Amino acid sequence: MTEPRRGGFRRFHLLGFLPAVGMMGGILFANRVRPLVFGLPFLFFWIAAWVVSTSLVMWIILRLDRAHERQRGRLAANEERAG
Amino acid sequence: MTIALWIMALVFLGAVGLGLLARRGHAMTLEQWSVAGGGFGSLLVFLLMAGELYTTFTFLGGSGWAYGKGAPAMYILCYPALAYSLSYFLLPAIWRASRGRGFVSQADFFVARYGSRTLGVLVALVGVAALVPYLVLQFKGLGIIVSEASYGRVSPSTAIWAGAAALIAYVVVSGVRGSAWTAALKDALILVVVVAMGLYLPYHWYGGIGPMFDAIDKARPQFLTLGGTGRSTSWFISTVLLTSIGVYTWPQFFGGVYTAKSDDVFRKNAVVLPLYQLVVLFVFFVGFAATLKVPGLLGADGDLSLFRIAKMSFSPWAIGIIGAAGLLTALVPGSMLLISAATILAKNVYKEIVPSASERRVAIIARATVPVLTLISVLLTLHGGQAIVALLLMGYNVVTQLFPALVLALGPSPRISAHAALAGIIAGEVTVAAISLSGATLGTLLPGWPAVITELNVGVVALAVNVAITALVWLATRNGTPVTTITRPEEIRGDSAVAASSLS
Repeated sequence: MTEPRRGGFRRFHLLGFLPAVGMMGGILFANRVRPLVFGLPFLFFWIAAWVVSTSLVMWIILRLDRAHERQRGRLAANEERAG
Repeated sequence: MTIALWIMALVFLGAVGLGLLARRGHAMTLEQWSVAGGGFGSLLVFLLMAGELYTTFTFLGGSGWAYGKGAPAMYILCYPALAYSLSYFLLPAIWRASRGRGFVSQADFFVARYGSRTLGVLVALVGVAALVPYLVLQFKGLGIIVSEASYGRVSPSTAIWAGAAALIAYVVVSGVRGSAWTAALKDALILVVVVAMGLYLPYHWYGGIGPMFDAIDKARPQFLTLGGTGRSTSWFISTVLLTSIGVYTWPQFFGGVYTAKSDDVFRKNAVVLPLYQLVVLFVFFVGFAATLKVPGLLGADGDLSLFRIAKMSFSPWAIGIIGAAGLLTALVPGSMLLISAATILAKNVYKEIVPSASERRVAIIARATVPVLTLISVLLTLHGGQAIVALLLMGYNVVTQLFPALVLALGPSPRISAHAALAGIIAGEVTVAAISLSGATLGTLLPGWPAVITELNVGVVALAVNVAITALVWLATRNGTPVTTITRPEEIRGDSAVAASSLS
């Protein structure tokens, strides 16, 4: 049995572009001081919020990857038993 | 000595002690010294990787840019977060392609993947060329920290020499194990210091974070948005994207990848590290608090702003603790940079020139290179007047040229030939040199083009030239030059195997 291979592209990996697109794309609209949010100029708040979202997005991708790997591990084990 | 200097000396001795403790029980071969034999678990890899991005650059450069340039400083918060999202995919791939191969340096990776020793030497030299400005900025930071915290009793140049001696002793003694453990001490200390300062100063001087930004916005309209001080959104976005793809082309990060026992740690790091990066906001608060309270620090002197406002606000023992935290942010990453540069020069340049050299001899050469590199960096520090952020941006332009060849080397087999990689990197570096020496910007290169284009970071040009030349050489030679025909990374056993398969 080959070890369940990590790596390889899966469609949900495209979510990995979200932080870059959101943080940088939004700057075109968010480049303003007011309103202050939590005391921060709006631009700063926008960036900080996207830094937090980056963590969140990567966490979701990790969860999906883990689920995928578990499933593949089970399939491989079943095949082994059947074969 | 002042109380502040005493505190800093104590913390320094503590760090050296930790470094000595960390090496216990490990014979210091080159592999142990530079990548700890690939035996680090999650926590140590996390500390090492978090610590590597949290340098004196963030501490003094971050506050310095917030002080002098305002909103553009936010790029320092953006690019590491995006780099971490990239690292989720990039680092496990690098790790899988390197696992169990005894790599100690970034150049080893290129040599094995492309089956080209020439490429290895080129990558090694590019890496060292980029590391030198990074080292220079650590020394610059050391000088500022020690001389400011001594209330001017120690001159910056004396402080730089003392710091250099401390760094050499530290690196030669402990290697990367020392760095990982001291990184823990450093991160704990800097976290407390930065958050405390970033909250206290705005409240003390302005009555809160909101009132502080309110006051700055009234006194200096446009300071808190992009474009107000000549750094437009075009510059900002292109700089963030360029530097975020550049982060993992730095040689010291490859060392970090090789220290890991498993690739899963990189995926977990990619989730946690962006949050960790938020601490930088508090560094900015310090710089912003200083901008109205200690005005008049122009250009590179902005790097002094953190200590200037701290000295106005705190008693000497607190300055000692801030100085100690700053000292560690220069020493720990500085030691990582030195270890990387010395390992590369010994293994990928010296050993290439003298192939008969024994492993033992290469390890000795690596350690002997440390004082030489330090001396060069100190001399450059004493003779250059650039601000900390400018130095790092320079290093980034050099090292990011490795990105196309790095990405194309991943997967089952490299997608381009060694020739194409070589040509692309050389073309990119020549462009970087030409741009830096002539002081060109896209504005001078393309007069009359719209501002959206001319204000892009000029590093974009070098990367574009790099990619174009890589593609041209690859297309022109793809029939004549066989690529390495490895189908799976697992099949690569050694350089000879790669070389053999590239001939078949």
